[in-house]
Amino acid sequence: MFGNTRKARIGAIAGLALSVALVATGCAATDGGSGDGGEGSGELSVTFLPKNLGNAYFDTSYDGGKEAIEEFGGTAAEVGPATGSPDGQVSYINTLAQQGVGAIVLSANDPTALCDAVNEARDNGVKVVTFDADTSPDCRDLFINQAEAEGIAKIQVDLISEQIGDAGKIAILSATANATNQNAWIELMETELAANHPNIELVEVVYGDDDDQTSFDKTAALLQTYPDLKGIVSPTTVGIAAAARYLQTSEFKGKVQLTGLGTPNQMRDFVEDGTVTAFALWNPSDLGYLAAFAAKALIDGDITGAEGDTFDAGKLGSYTVGADATVLLGDPYVFNAENIADFDF
Amino acid sequence: MVDIMGALAPATRTYKDYSQPLWRRLLLSREAAVIGALALVIIVSMISVKSFSKPITVTYLFLDIAPILLIALPMTLIIITGEIDLSVASIVGLSSVTLGVLHQGGMPIEGAAVVSLLVGAAAGALNGFLITVVGLPSLAVTIGTLALYRGLAVGLLGTKAVTEFTEFWTDLAKSKIPGTTIPSVVVLIVVLAIVFVVLLHFTKFGRGIYAIGLSPETARFSGIRVERTKFILFVIAGLISALAGIYYTLRFSSARGDNAAGLELSVIAAVMIGGVSIFGGRGTLVGPLAGAVLIGVLASALRLANVTSDVINIITGALLVASVVGTSFLAWARKSRSRPGGKKPEPLTGAKS
Amino acid sequence: MTTVTAPESRIARTVRAIVTARETGILLALIIVVLAATIKNPTFLFSSDGFRDLLLTPSILLLVAIGQAVVIITRNVDLSVGSTLGLTAYLTGRLFIDVPGIPIVAVFLIGIVFGGLLGLINGALVAFAKVPSLVITLGTMYAFRGINVLWAGSDRINSSDMPKDFLALGTQSVLFIPVLTIIAIVVLVVAAWFLRNKRAGRELYAIGSDPDAANLYGLKVTNRLLGAFILCGALAGLAGVLWAARYGTVNSQAGTGFELQAVGAAVIGGVAIFGGSGSLWGAAIGAYLLFTINRALPILGVQDFWQRAVVGVLIIGAIVLDRLLAQRQARKLVEARDSNG
Repeated sequence: MFGNTRKARIGAIAGLALSVALVATGCAATDGGSGDGGEGSGELSVTFLPKNLGNAYFDTSYDGGKEAIEEFGGTAAEVGPATGSPDGQVSYINTLAQQGVGAIVLSANDPTALCDAVNEARDNGVKVVTFDADTSPDCRDLFINQAEAEGIAKIQVDLISEQIGDAGKIAILSATANATNQNAWIELMETELAANHPNIELVEVVYGDDDDQTSFDKTAALLQTYPDLKGIVSPTTVGIAAAARYLQTSEFKGKVQLTGLGTPNQMRDFVEDGTVTAFALWNPSDLGYLAAFAAKALIDGDITGAEGDTFDAGKLGSYTVGADATVLLGDPYVFNAENIADFDF
Repeated sequence: MVDIMGALAPATRTYKDYSQPLWRRLLLSREAAVIGALALVIIVSMISVKSFSKPITVTYLFLDIAPILLIALPMTLIIITGEIDLSVASIVGLSSVTLGVLHQGGMPIEGAAVVSLLVGAAAGALNGFLITVVGLPSLAVTIGTLALYRGLAVGLLGTKAVTEFTEFWTDLAKSKIPGTTIPSVVVLIVVLAIVFVVLLHFTKFGRGIYAIGLSPETARFSGIRVERTKFILFVIAGLISALAGIYYTLRFSSARGDNAAGLELSVIAAVMIGGVSIFGGRGTLVGPLAGAVLIGVLASALRLANVTSDVINIITGALLVASVVGTSFLAWARKSRSRPGGKKPEPLTGAKS
Repeated sequence: MTTVTAPESRIARTVRAIVTARETGILLALIIVVLAATIKNPTFLFSSDGFRDLLLTPSILLLVAIGQAVVIITRNVDLSVGSTLGLTAYLTGRLFIDVPGIPIVAVFLIGIVFGGLLGLINGALVAFAKVPSLVITLGTMYAFRGINVLWAGSDRINSSDMPKDFLALGTQSVLFIPVLTIIAIVVLVVAAWFLRNKRAGRELYAIGSDPDAANLYGLKVTNRLLGAFILCGALAGLAGVLWAARYGTVNSQAGTGFELQAVGAAVIGGVAIFGGSGSLWGAAIGAYLLFTINRALPILGVQDFWQRAVVGVLIIGAIVLDRLLAQRQARKLVEARDSNG
């Protein structure tokens, strides 16, 4: 025990000394590397950072982005956390800042939690473009909005009220509790319901965390808890697909209406067998494409994100930056049995 | 004439037969192996991974592994006594949520932080109570409290995250030591590490910890207050976990019930890789700290090299298994080499003529 | 002077055994929970969907809990079952995609064998390297999950990738009982019978009660441990295949957290964490109790976020109860020994 203690003490001191030496080496390391603040670094590497990986919607938007990036000769990459949490994204933003990429195209899991990391990246010369879900406006260079939030909310409310006959109980199956876009749309939906649909009652908002199994189980729980539920609105592609799958094999098929935002490929089965009548979305591929071109314009220094800036977006034409450094893609589109065969995403 | 007495006297072995020079004892130790591996990984990464050699790497590295370093300190002590605490990550989450909920309700961060620390200590005390007073096995208890504390954290906040925190404190959590790129939280870690090193190696309490790990019964008969020691260790673990939770929350500006889920595995992996024996009674603090830094550097280098983030999990898991199996294997190998000093004993034959 | 007490009749003894059995207690708790929820909301039990879900969803956990219980009985623990489940579920999907027309039976077999192999890795490390299973399975849990994510990348298996017949297994019922539940119950019955009546099964209890004594007694401890871990892995593999059938979509996170649910189910069901006692029926009821509580909480007005806390309290309560009972048992044995002396 004697020798053990003595050895341990010496070992402890030696260890601490060595660690300090290592850390000092790290400090003294060369200050090389690219990226100083201000002007774009000119490096056309664009990395997509969606809310989480393994999500068909973000796969499609990345495909669109990749197409754009290859068109203008940059380097494309996609990274992301496995689950949609804010702290998961922070580590990736840090890494990308370290690597000194040209731009990050980000769909944020939270409006404020990412700000510090994003601003640090921007100080290092990385341009940050948000798409799909925004951060607060002072911590990004541009926001590519797929459609006006009011329009997205209204179209889903219109669809569900049409499908349930404008009266009855509905529930919302959302994604993660902090997602900026989800909360914005849900709030607008509630306002719209209160204003124009007094006979529809929103009983609950449940969160499926954009995880398929969780969304599936939450749908089952909803139907069990509210046996007289008439409709479910799911403004997330993962949620609506999981809910549709549950409804398809349950006794509620056809009796409980389901709508929301979904991708045609995932929903085709359910539309064809009548589980779902109609749903809405925009083209995520176009969204990613536009976001990539916006990133390029920022890197090249063509635009700074000020209102009125215009930039070229390849096959989509020319786009103008609006208020709050936001670029609008277009309007949402309704998919139903008649047109769903025409799309492949 | 043959010296019968001399020939019959057994060749006694002295300390010198067993001794090895200090340099050899230090260099052949487990801790030295980990530090050596760490140095190797750093050098290889500096050469082969682009952007690794930037000073900012150190910043992010320590910001990321600070919770692991913090919690590894009391966890090492607990494992040396032969127990284990799987609920540390849940206490991190619980203190994070407490901080968030209280701050959102209007309490200033200072007050909320104090309450979080108390909550962590209380959680540790519950662990300690169930283990030392009721006498339950620590594995079972901490699996239960892992679920309980995480459940309380998620129950309090749901899946929503509180993300509005006073900028002063979030900046402080991420601030660096002036003039360097090392985060200030490292100062906290170094201070606590020194405290723990003193506690473990220079006090009676620390020697008691080793004694308990080697044989609780013997320790009890030697006058060591076994139950009190273990109880104190679990309370300390809860306190430090809460501290790590406060840091985590402020660093990510996000208090969420699911924060730090799975952190206990990283801590235990670091401790095991650092040479602490799962059976208790052996180990130092240097090893686990070096182990944590090793895992952190590997993760950092792999992330920068654009390798999928979960390869680091494969490597951590494999390292953990290899280090534990390796220790076991070495012990077996040493036992079968029954000559400790490496010198052949003198043959006990009387025929010297 | 010993007092003579009339011997208990066989029936009385059996009744007493059943009433004081741990399993009865949990079964009672389960019934109470179901009743409370049904009173509040009759569709909990009495709608065809409700009834089906109550039976169906816990079946997957049941399989994993059975395997976990077998391992715990030998005084070990297997924390890697969640990762094994996820890996096998993903493998199932990939088999259907990459080998078109593969018979469903083959997929089941491959899944079970694959799970068994992963269990073998665990068992070999525990049995041969003599390292505590906690640490080994902690490492393999990390490693297997990492392999899963590496393999899957950002892809996921969609329900459209798998044949309709396979997916139907996940929702079909035979005589009102879901197919998955039937599979789980069959496995349960076979395993429980084996554990109780076969020598190899009873030896597992011996190993868990006192490994050193078992060794000295000549039991083939290594073989039995290997068998226990292989069984646990194989059951997790089967659960993975059923997961793919039930949920249809498999990403790299499938099964995360399942290991703790399985340990919890076993512990609540009366399998002592210290090994050597407990039955598989208890673990099965424990699994059902856990899931039913999850569903019942929202109906009873409690946010289902609190489910994990409830599980934690139950686990701690179960362990404390175990300890109290063991102490009482030890005291009674000492009294019996002293009074006969």
